[in-house]
Amino acid sequence: MTPTATYSDQFAALAAPAGAPAWLPALRQQAFERFTTLGFPTTRNEDWHFTSVAPIAERPFKAIKPAATTLTASDLAPWILDPSWHRLVFVNGRFEPGLSQFSELPADVEVATLSDALRESPEWLSAHLGKLAAFDAAAFTALNTAFMQDGVMIHVPKGETVELPLQILCLADAQAQGAAFHPRLLVVAEAQSQISLIETFAAIGGAEYLVNAVAEVTVADGARVDHYKVQQESTDAYHVSAVQVTQGRDSIYHSFSFAAGAALSRANIYTKLLGTGSEARLNGLYVLDGTQHADHQTFVEHIAEACASRELYKGILDGSSHGVFNGKVYVDPEAQKTDGKQTNKALLLSEQARVDTKPQLEIFADDVKCTHGATVGRLDELPLFYLKSRGIGAETAKALLTYAFAAEVLETIENDPLRLALERTVFERFTHASFE
Amino acid sequence: MLKITNLHASVGEKEILKGISLTVNAGEVHAIMGPNGSGKSTLAQVIAGHPGYEVTSGSIECDGQDLLELEAEERAQAGVFLAFQYPIEIPGVTNAYFLRAAYNEIRKAHNQPELDPIEFLDVMEEKLTVVEMDASMMQRSVNAGFSGGEKKRNEILQMAVLEPKLAVLDETDSGLDIDALRIVAEGVNKLKRPDNATIVVTHYQRLLNYIVPDHVHVLAGGRIIKSGGKELALELEAKGYDWLLEPVTA
Repeated sequence: MTPTATYSDQFAALAAPAGAPAWLPALRQQAFERFTTLGFPTTRNEDWHFTSVAPIAERPFKAIKPAATTLTASDLAPWILDPSWHRLVFVNGRFEPGLSQFSELPADVEVATLSDALRESPEWLSAHLGKLAAFDAAAFTALNTAFMQDGVMIHVPKGETVELPLQILCLADAQAQGAAFHPRLLVVAEAQSQISLIETFAAIGGAEYLVNAVAEVTVADGARVDHYKVQQESTDAYHVSAVQVTQGRDSIYHSFSFAAGAALSRANIYTKLLGTGSEARLNGLYVLDGTQHADHQTFVEHIAEACASRELYKGILDGSSHGVFNGKVYVDPEAQKTDGKQTNKALLLSEQARVDTKPQLEIFADDVKCTHGATVGRLDELPLFYLKSRGIGAETAKALLTYAFAAEVLETIENDPLRLALERTVFERFTHASFE
Repeated sequence: MLKITNLHASVGEKEILKGISLTVNAGEVHAIMGPNGSGKSTLAQVIAGHPGYEVTSGSIECDGQDLLELEAEERAQAGVFLAFQYPIEIPGVTNAYFLRAAYNEIRKAHNQPELDPIEFLDVMEEKLTVVEMDASMMQRSVNAGFSGGEKKRNEILQMAVLEPKLAVLDETDSGLDIDALRIVAEGVNKLKRPDNATIVVTHYQRLLNYIVPDHVHVLAGGRIIKSGGKELALELEAKGYDWLLEPVTA
């Protein structure tokens, strides 16, 4: 069976959710046809040059209808960053209202699962869903659009600030074996509004499954969205995600992508700076070992004048792992006074680990400040000597300096509980000592 | 305490130290002075075990122990301390964590029990006064974003915590304003005991107004070309190094 044929049978059997609006099957159909035409990307595709998705294409991942979970709140505790936050929990792709809490949100802020939103606000949804995440050249986005089962729709009205962060926790357990999940996130932050989101993808146990996530984020004039993603999938799993953002005048979008899980992961984070004076910060850290492969692709389109973009990506690679970072920046002829800076650094802890990094700058305006820099290397001798000269043994010194390498980018996370949780994760992973 | 005998050291093919012999006894302060490029900092780093230098001949003994046989961390555990000319920044690792890790490694090497963070706070409270540092410095990342003066004070703070037998201060005065210089020098003086020793490596006499040496050595071209008492430093301040260098090149 060809890779796309695996999905054809499933698509034919896909039933529209009860009460879904008429436009949905049409959108799905269009998306599926596009997926069939495109097929899975190959390494001949420039955007996938360093990442082969053959392991995903070859496996017949299938949509599943999971039973209600038996997990309890205490099982979720390792991933709940703060119990007081708003949260939506999905287990094996199924929304779990009993484990979620978001009734304390401000009354005019709408947060709903995709299936609820399809019933309750189909017009609003038809105006936004699928409008940013184009699938004409993106097979995984087409596949997600054809199969999207559930997800989270968020509408923050004008001037509203959501004080507490909202965490979306997507957990997989043994039931997820062989399954494909296509979660969808839609965020519309109206003018002058603010919200902070944390998407956590994690697993209990070591199942082999596919997560193919798509997020669309509108940050209107003067609005601010902080969007954190923590990817700690099973190391047997596959994780592909695409985030498409558009930004209005003087808006702020801050993204942080932490990737430590999955056998193979790919994260696309794209933002279009459409309004003058807007700011994007795309940072991230990946920590790999064994035969893991993690690929980040960022794309910042400077369309309007006087926008700023900042990117700092770091990777720590051990074993025979493979990291990829591709940072694209486009500066439109109209985007004068653009201020762009991109840095990516990788630390190799073993001889077999490998990194491919490709900054791509296309600049068509003349009055701009754009810089990029990439380094790949090992721990420096001098800092090691400094720690050793204080009596600290070589292994501990290396572990502390590896942590310090990660800490420089983790420090940019403005959400303290998340920053501390990731600092703790990385610290304990390398030092095998407890984090204070 | 420290006995250096006919020490030769190189970086790659280039020989930097060309036969240094030096004996430092407990309770003494020795100053090593000399023009730029004379090998002063190399000597300091070779004593501490910097991996970038190769000792080609000679010996360094500390209380009868052959230092050249030891890794840098073992030398530190044996009581050798180097205050760096350019202290290293370690983002994300707090001063408190770093100091306690170092302190406990050295205690472990001496079969003493390690201290937990609370117990260590008591140790730190006293040590911080040595260099007039605020306790808030303990929660900052090691040297990250520190001013030049703060970095040097932090070096002396580490020295106060680790209580070395032999402390080597490598150009600790460089880049310090007069107030920071006074604080650093007073810190070093407070840590002086009859059973420890200090080597002060410096280009200028200025620091020696505060840390008064028992012996002054002039290093040039990888050799000690003159040794004397503290008055030699004053003579160098007045006359420079040239009058000493001429006989060497002649």
